[in-house]
Amino acid sequence: MKYIKFLLIGILFGIILSKAEVISWYRIYEMFKFQSFHMYGVIGSAVAVGVVLVYLFKKGLIKTYLGNQIVIEPKKKGLARNLVGGTIFGLGWALAGACPGPMFILLGRGVAAIVIVIIGGLLGALLYHSVKSKLPH
Amino acid sequence: MDFILQPWPWYVAGPMITLVMFLLFYFGKKFGVSSNLETICAIGGAGKVVDFFNFDWRKNGWNLMFILGAVIGGFISYQWLTPDESVAINRQTFQDLTDLGFQNAGAQYLPDEIFSIENMFTVKGFLILIVAGMLVGFGSRYAGGCTSGHGIVGLSNLEIPSLIAVIGFFIGGLIMTWLLFPLIF
Repeated sequence: MKYIKFLLIGILFGIILSKAEVISWYRIYEMFKFQSFHMYGVIGSAVAVGVVLVYLFKKGLIKTYLGNQIVIEPKKKGLARNLVGGTIFGLGWALAGACPGPMFILLGRGVAAIVIVIIGGLLGALLYHSVKSKLPH
Repeated sequence: MDFILQPWPWYVAGPMITLVMFLLFYFGKKFGVSSNLETICAIGGAGKVVDFFNFDWRKNGWNLMFILGAVIGGFISYQWLTPDESVAINRQTFQDLTDLGFQNAGAQYLPDEIFSIENMFTVKGFLILIVAGMLVGFGSRYAGGCTSGHGIVGLSNLEIPSLIAVIGFFIGGLIMTWLLFPLIF
């Protein structure tokens, strides 16, 4: 099963976000209230190490397991797409207290109500692709 | 073992999230969770309604395995690695939530006021959950990424679109938390 490694990486991801309480609704609320450094520390330190890592990958100092250079496809440019889309996402992130990763981790913790949030997420993605031709990007 | 059972501090969690990104890069893939929403729609037959979803979802099979792993990781941490599910939130946060009508804030990972089974079956409770999900799904696909793709990978790659998206995440989150929560709760 060639995908087993991704299953294992996912398990690691689920444990990390659980143990760091990133999946807690309260931690997200606290972040948006600027009442704790915790979430800023998590994201900030991830990005700080990530900048170095991506630099090493792009310089070719680290290669993939097949010895290939990694190519990171850049995100699409566009103010409306990123700012309006990002703002809509942020509204949901604060209300659900969960972004897409934590939704699935909470499912594994047996939180029944998160099923409705995930169904909402699927409907939201469906809705976006139904109306995207009418939206500014 | 005791260290594993305690909540992990940010300076452990952050670099470990980067480790996840590293492992995915190392195996030739890119960290990004929200695209799975599209993949699941495609598997569910959304292509009959919207043409976009007629892509070959099998190419994203690795990412579905990744989120299946995340589900299992959540289960493992719930069963064996979280003896105490209280969250040590700031005292002021506790007070603010009490004022909003949340009881025992921080006693568990999630507030009963949103995630309890009873609440899920009320009209208001159901709407909060489904609308929150829809905003996340719609917004992340509009922006082309969520906290992982834009917040971690995009910022690590010093991309301006990701910086704009993350600013958007905060604009939305602050509007919801500061302006809309007092109206909703």
